[in-house]
Order: sequence, then structure tokens, then C-alpha cells
Amino acid sequence: MLKETGNILNRPDNEEFVLRLFITGASPNSARAISNIRKICELHLKNRYSLEIIDVYQQPERALVEQLVALPLLIKKAPGPERRLLGDLSDEKKVLKGLGIVI
Amino acid sequence: MEQIKQTKPSHLAKTPTGITGLDEITNGGLPKGRPTLICGSAGCGKTLMSMEFIVRGATEFDEPGVFMAFEEKADELSVNTLSLGFDLDRLVQEKKIRVDYVHIDRSEIEETGEYDLDGLFIRLSYAIDSIGAKRVVLDTIENLFSGLTNESIIRAELRRLFQWLKDKGVTAIITGERGKDTLTRQGLEEYVSDCVILLEHRVKHQISTRMLRIVKYRGSLHGTNEYPFLIDSDGISVLPVTSLSQGHEASSERVSTGVKSLDDMLDGKGFYRGSSILISGTAGTGKTSIATTFAAGACERGEKCIYFSFEESESQILRNTKSIGLDLEKHIQSGLLEICASRPTLYGLEMHLVDIHKRIKAFKPDTVIVDPITNLITIGSINEVKSMLIRLISFLQDQQVTVMFTALALNNIVQEQTDETISSLVDAWLLVRDIESNGERNRGMYIMKSRGMKHSNQVREFVITDNGLELVDVYLGPNGILTGSAREEQVLQEHAGEVLKGYQMSAKDKEVLRKRNILEAKIANLKAEFESVEEELNRVYTEERIKKDATESNRREITSRRGGLSGTVDPEENNMEE
Repeated sequence: MLKETGNILNRPDNEEFVLRLFITGASPNSARAISNIRKICELHLKNRYSLEIIDVYQQPERALVEQLVALPLLIKKAPGPERRLLGDLSDEKKVLKGLGIVI
Repeated sequence: MEQIKQTKPSHLAKTPTGITGLDEITNGGLPKGRPTLICGSAGCGKTLMSMEFIVRGATEFDEPGVFMAFEEKADELSVNTLSLGFDLDRLVQEKKIRVDYVHIDRSEIEETGEYDLDGLFIRLSYAIDSIGAKRVVLDTIENLFSGLTNESIIRAELRRLFQWLKDKGVTAIITGERGKDTLTRQGLEEYVSDCVILLEHRVKHQISTRMLRIVKYRGSLHGTNEYPFLIDSDGISVLPVTSLSQGHEASSERVSTGVKSLDDMLDGKGFYRGSSILISGTAGTGKTSIATTFAAGACERGEKCIYFSFEESESQILRNTKSIGLDLEKHIQSGLLEICASRPTLYGLEMHLVDIHKRIKAFKPDTVIVDPITNLITIGSINEVKSMLIRLISFLQDQQVTVMFTALALNNIVQEQTDETISSLVDAWLLVRDIESNGERNRGMYIMKSRGMKHSNQVREFVITDNGLELVDVYLGPNGILTGSAREEQVLQEHAGEVLKGYQMSAKDKEVLRKRNILEAKIANLKAEFESVEEELNRVYTEERIKKDATESNRREITSRRGGLSGTVDPEENNMEE
């Protein structure tokens, strides 16, 4: 476990990532986004993350609260400042950079 | 792509906007259930127009609306619209309007792959369904382009969005910033092809005018001109100007000019109701006095009158009219008269026209006075002023409102006057002019034209007295037209001459009488002479006879004494002689 996350610098290892992924039903983009984020989390943040996946179709009022426009959208609530990652998360480098994970 | 579906022959259904004038230009409103694009540069009133569309829909047509703002936050919007008299917060609480502020900031977002705008769709759909909205505004959706980088995705999604809006059956307004060569920066007109309205804000001679033009409106008749519009405390008013036809009814009713002697010049009855009258003249000839007298006359009859003054303030007019014995203040207090004084440079010509329209519609006057129209030239060319006045006259004639314009002529030569340009538009034209002679100026007035009535061709002297206006016949003497003191002098001279003549006459009469007396005396004298001659003659005859008698008797005496023979003959002889 430690071995897998040993590459993270400048961060205490026990810091937990709080992630929220907003998707729209079973659209291709949404499906890709889910599998991509799962892959990345398992690879880089194993056991150090909580991922909440929200289907905006089911909870449209959250779209207003969270200022959603384009989807799918991943919001990193913690650690540090909030970051928003738009798209199907297929660009792994950008995702890692956006989450503040340095390889 | 959209219009292929629209093959049904039924008329295009329309959604009234409730914006003054816009529904008239668009022949009923915006296309129902379709998106309309409103484009224009910054500050031309796009947001306001779309907001008014939503507010009027909620308040007047019972059609709730969703306002999706990409630029202004909800609280900013409600403050901004409050200045126009729309209580946005209350309408939001009553669930008639829903305002949704969409915030996109590129710096907060990292794009990591493919995406779509489903979030926007969901939000919009949620907002529409939550209040049963029939109207939607997206202001300004182009902000998406600055918030997101992948243009091809946005374009595809916008296309989908507009189609989705159509399927939803909501009447939508999309606003867009004016581009360099295109109507909108991002070419939104490509997606919204049913109705495009262009707003412009022009500054000419330091005076700004807002203009509206319908660039296209599929499947509907619409006005194609540029129309000025006004944003004030009641929202937006677009001016549907120039009624093309001249279909107004001509009234044969007459209205007094307020001056009895002027009425006499106009067939004894004054102007026609609903006609247009121009009074022109050089400075200080009493144009305003005629106009105020006309206004006061209308109010005396119990009619309503608006006085648009571009020269004097209300209190100035009240003070000045008091000096000629008119009390306009009581008419203002009784609500019959309204004086609207404004500087011509306050706003552009078109705005003046919009303002005049608005006030006339609100006040519903029988008489309108514009004093003077020549001041409008400071803010527009003669042609522009003319076209404005054409529209004003046609509007007023439609409503059977009598209108009186005054125009300042810069010189005395009629042909060169600026008011010449509108003289063909008016029904009656009075000219007041200076007549300068003997070191004083006097006012002369004549009627250049008065359509449809007998009118005097005389030049009258126009006198302003403490008790109002009066027209006096000018004196036409051997030395030409006499006015003012020259006229009075002439009148005095004539009077003196008459007195003198009367005196001369009586002197002559006396002489004749005297002559007659002398003649009669002479006749008496001659008669006396004749009588004395006659008397003399008689006396001679008598003497002669006496002598003869005496001689006869003597002879008889002698005869008888001689013989007495002739004694029987004697009486006979005596009788015969007698």
C-alpha cells in the first residue's frame, strides 16, 4: 500500500481524497469517466480516497447548487482547494495534475 | 435544418412580448415555441429587453419564465431590473419567474477529455418544469465559449440545445454580443434562424439613440425599418412609426383659434379639428403667444392639451402668458393642460418622438402644441426633422388630435425658410412677420394657406395687448401699408380733416345764406322802386283824368249854361265815360 502511494511528494500519506463525480445516466462519456477515475484512484490513491458518483438526472437540484454546466465533472473537495475536472478523464496526466498527484 | 419540418400551412403562432411597440412591429410577437436571437453590442439593452419579455410574460400573459443568466448574478439582475419598475424578487417568490445564474470560470476547470453540456440541459429542464415555464431567456449564452475551450463540442451542443428548446415548446430568447462582421461573435445566428432582432446604440452629434431592427423573421410579415426605442422607468418602448397609409378620417368640426378676429379670417370658425397648423415667423413676432392662446382656448372649451416646449420652461411660459392676460395655471391645476418642457439636446430626434408618443398616449389630449420645431434642427438635419414631423403628424391625425407647430424663420424671405420643408405637410399655415417702417416694428399676420376653407387674404396687424391678442385691419393708404403708430396717425389725420371739412362746409353755407339775403334785399329794393314808379304813373293818370273830368264838367256846365238843350243827354254821357 505504501509502496503504491510512495510516489506522492509533499503530502502526508494519510491525507484522504474526497472526490465527487457528476455524471448523466449511462451516457458514453459518463461510463468512460467512471472507469477512468476508478482506474486512476486504484492506481494512485488506493485506500486513500472516497469517491461519490452522482447521477444528475436523479438529483437535478444539485446541478444548481454545484453550478454544473458541462458534464461529466469531477470535483475534488479535499485536500486543499477545490478543483474541477471536466470531461471523461481520459487524459490521465491532466487528471493527476488537476488532483495534485505528482508521479 | 429546422424548417424542413415546418410544412404545415397554418399560421405561425406568436407569443406577445408585452413590450410597447414591439408586438406591432412583429405583427403579434415572437414566434411561439421557437428561439429568437437578440443581438447587439454592449450596453444596447439586450438583457433588459429579454428580461422585460420574461417579466411581462409572467405578469400580463400568465406565462412563467426562466431567466438563465451567464453574465449577471441573480441579485445583480434584480437590482438592475428594479430600476425599471420590475420587482423580480417578488415574482421569483411567487414562482412566476426563475432566475438561474450560470457561472463558468475557465481558471477553475481542467478539461480532461470529452464532455457535453448535459448539466445545462438538466438545469434548464429542471427550472422549466419547476414553474411550468413557457418562456426562456439565455443571456448571454456565448459566455460558454469563454468558459470552455473545446469549441466544436460547444457548437454541437448549442445546436442540440436549440433543437431541444423547440421540442420543449418554449418561446426562447437568446442574446448574443455583436461580432465584427457577423451578427454575433460566435455566429449564433447559424443556429437560431427563425427570428433575429438587432439592437444598436448610436451616437451622432453627441446624442445617443437606441435602434431596433428585425433582421429576419421566418414565416411572418414584419416591419423592416430601424425603429428607435427608449428605455425608461416603464421599461422599453419601441416606436412603431410611419403608418404607411393615409387612412385617417377628416373631421369637418371646427375649433376656435382662441382669437375672435383670427377666427373671422378663417371663415369665421377657426381650424378643422385634427388638422395640423404651422405658425412661422421671425423672432419676437408672437408665435408663442398665438400658440398659448390657442392652448388656453382649447382648455376653456374643456378639452385637453399638451404643450411641448423646446425653448421655455414651464414657469417661464406661465409668467409670460400672464402678461397677455392668460391664466394657464388654473388649466394645469384642473388637469386639462400639461406643459412638457425639455431641451432638444436632451436626446435624439427619435427619442423625442418616442417621448411625445408616450405622453400623448398617456394624456390623450385633443390639442398638441410643439413650440418650436426649428429648435429640433440642432439635433438633426432638416430632412430628419421633416421625416420625424411627418410621422408625428400622421400619428396625431390618426387620433384626431389638432396640432400646432411654431417655427422660427431666420429671415423674411419665405422661400428660404426652413419651415418651408414642412409647409406641404400642414393643413394651415399662418405667417407672422415684422413690418418695419418709420423707426418701429409692427407685427403683420396673414394666412398663407388653409386647406378646405374660405380664408381671408388680408394682411392684418397683429397686436398683443394686456388682454390677449387682437387683429386689426391694416391701413392701406396711398403710401402703402401703414401699421402701428403710422396707422394711428393716419386715422387721427383723417379725423382732423373731417372736422375741418365740416367747418368749411358751414362757412360756405353761411355765405350762400348771406348772398341770398342780399339778393332778397335787392329784390325788395327793386320792387319798392318799381312800386314808386308805378305809383307815380298812376298818380299822373289820375291827375289827368281828374283834369279831364274837371274840363268835361266845365265844358258841360258851360254848354248847359248856354242853352240847356243837352240836359237829357248829360247823364248818358256821364255813364259812358265812367
